[in-house]
Amino acid sequence: MKKPFLVISLVLIVSVARSQYLSGDAILAKIDANLSSQNRILASKMVIHGRRDSRTIEAKSWVQGMDKAFTEYLAPAREKGTKMLKLGDQLWMYAPSTDRIIRISGHMLRQSVMGSDLSYEDMMQDPQLAHQYHATVQGVEHLQERPCWVLLLKAKTDEVAYAMRKLWVDQEQEIPLQEELFAKSGKLLKKLQLQDIRNIDGRWYPMRMIFKDMLKTGRGTELIIDSIRFDQEIPDHIFTKATLKK
Amino acid sequence: MISIKLAYRNLIGAGLRTWLNVVVLSFAYVVIIWHKGFLQGWDEQARRDTIEWEIGGGQYLQQDYDPYDPLSLEAGHGMVPNDASAEINQGRLTPILALPAAMYPQGRIQSVILKGIDPQQRIIAIPSEALSVQSSEIPAVIGSRMARNNRLAVDDLITIRWRDANGTFDAQEVKIVAIFRTNVGSVDMGQLWLPLQRLQQMAQLPGQASILVADKRFNPTQSYSGWILKEQKILLQPIADVIRMKSIGGLVIFFMLLLLAMLAIFDTQVLSIFRRRREIGTLMALGMTRGQVIRIFTIEGAMHAVLATVVAAVYGIPMLYYFAKTGWKMPEMVDDMGMAIAETIYPAYPAQLVLGTILLVLVAVTIVSFLPTRRIAKLHPTEAIRGKLS
Repeated sequence: MKKPFLVISLVLIVSVARSQYLSGDAILAKIDANLSSQNRILASKMVIHGRRDSRTIEAKSWVQGMDKAFTEYLAPAREKGTKMLKLGDQLWMYAPSTDRIIRISGHMLRQSVMGSDLSYEDMMQDPQLAHQYHATVQGVEHLQERPCWVLLLKAKTDEVAYAMRKLWVDQEQEIPLQEELFAKSGKLLKKLQLQDIRNIDGRWYPMRMIFKDMLKTGRGTELIIDSIRFDQEIPDHIFTKATLKK
Repeated sequence: MISIKLAYRNLIGAGLRTWLNVVVLSFAYVVIIWHKGFLQGWDEQARRDTIEWEIGGGQYLQQDYDPYDPLSLEAGHGMVPNDASAEINQGRLTPILALPAAMYPQGRIQSVILKGIDPQQRIIAIPSEALSVQSSEIPAVIGSRMARNNRLAVDDLITIRWRDANGTFDAQEVKIVAIFRTNVGSVDMGQLWLPLQRLQQMAQLPGQASILVADKRFNPTQSYSGWILKEQKILLQPIADVIRMKSIGGLVIFFMLLLLAMLAIFDTQVLSIFRRRREIGTLMALGMTRGQVIRIFTIEGAMHAVLATVVAAVYGIPMLYYFAKTGWKMPEMVDDMGMAIAETIYPAYPAQLVLGTILLVLVAVTIVSFLPTRRIAKLHPTEAIRGKLS
């Protein structure tokens, strides 16, 4: 009877001690180390759950740092061949139906991607949380049956999309399992769940993410990563407008 | 004078044939006057309502703001010029700030434009005084179309989400404090009117605006740096363009109606000359010149128009008067057009329109009546008396 009690107590003590040992900003740095990369190539599916039905869009993306991203849509047939190139805060889009490259101005990056709960920023940015936020550990909770630090992130500067974020960070894998994004007023705007965490090339990475606009009804949008490779050689010509029409 | 008497007697003598032509022609008269009167009434109403609800005596637009480009909303604002403050204080100008946002009615997301307006302003007809209410929620007034499309009523709360000047998201509840009814869809659809100062605080844009609207009795002429003056005449130009387009569309109907009437008169003239060739020969034998005979036939034809005017007046005046009083109910489908359309359009028939239409038809009928009579010029009196057309 005493043995399990001792084990649980020990785990709790270790967890609390670890949470006290690591500062919020240190945890953020670890999250960034897991989620950020010099570059990555990924094949993904975006499942947009609408009011009546769901749509699945397949894409392949090449991402370099925070500023360069190239995405080619592979399915469904209606979207096939559509390509997007992001350079800095500018976005170009190529639609095969019109055979034209359209430049979309910076603020359009904040618009919804094909009716989903994701904005272009959400999809294409490589967010270095430690650059933008101060974090404080609020406590320890269990999520998906795993012990998590609860982190409260407050923006360091005014030029941040979300003034406040709340993260549930897996203590072992040092990756958020859930994230809540808040408005300046404190209203919950979006919720992000990260699931199917796998170890890829020595880093933990979520292969399934569920984005939910909390002000909207509906089941949100799922982003399922079929394959991802980090720190690959990506030729520079990928991030040029000429590639859009190829 | 004898030509007129003869022409009149012949015309009345033709009986049913004449009256059929006259009725068709009178129908053309009434339709043309009604359609043009309808457009005239629409034009007057649209101008009046647009001035009352939206443009006043003219507008100053911040140089980056384009009312026809929603993408310009994020950057389309600037500090209200200091030298305009005297005009604002005297109630001759009122600032409006326009910003993009999202609204969540019944769990849906919808793009809206937040428009900040001074609750004390009296320059445009938006019931901004309702925004003076003290409330923890943000007070908002909306138009009836916006309320209907989103199933909103007074006292309803709705969440809006916007970005401040730094691009940071913010969200709050707004409370609908009043719903106004207007014919001007461009101040209604997809728009939430909020107190100006509150919107400036929400967006961290103190003292900024996108539009300065002038009072309709005030003619703005002064220029302000960074602001573009749009005179009332220029702002009303889209209405004039739409009405002109509608008029051109109406021309097709007029043309077909007139063509039918003219064809009937032309046929009548051709038949008349054929059947009355002995009479033509006799008149010439009695000493009438060919020109005089042509004149009689032309006047006969033209008199169709005169008789049609009388017949059109008999049934047209009461009918057009009735429409001018009760108006013409517009179908709901045109309610969402870009320009101001009242639920009921009251046609207007200025004298210029009525006289112009009469003159147009008279000239057209006279020309059509004259054309077949040119055969008379080639006629030999002796052959005509024998019933031959040479």
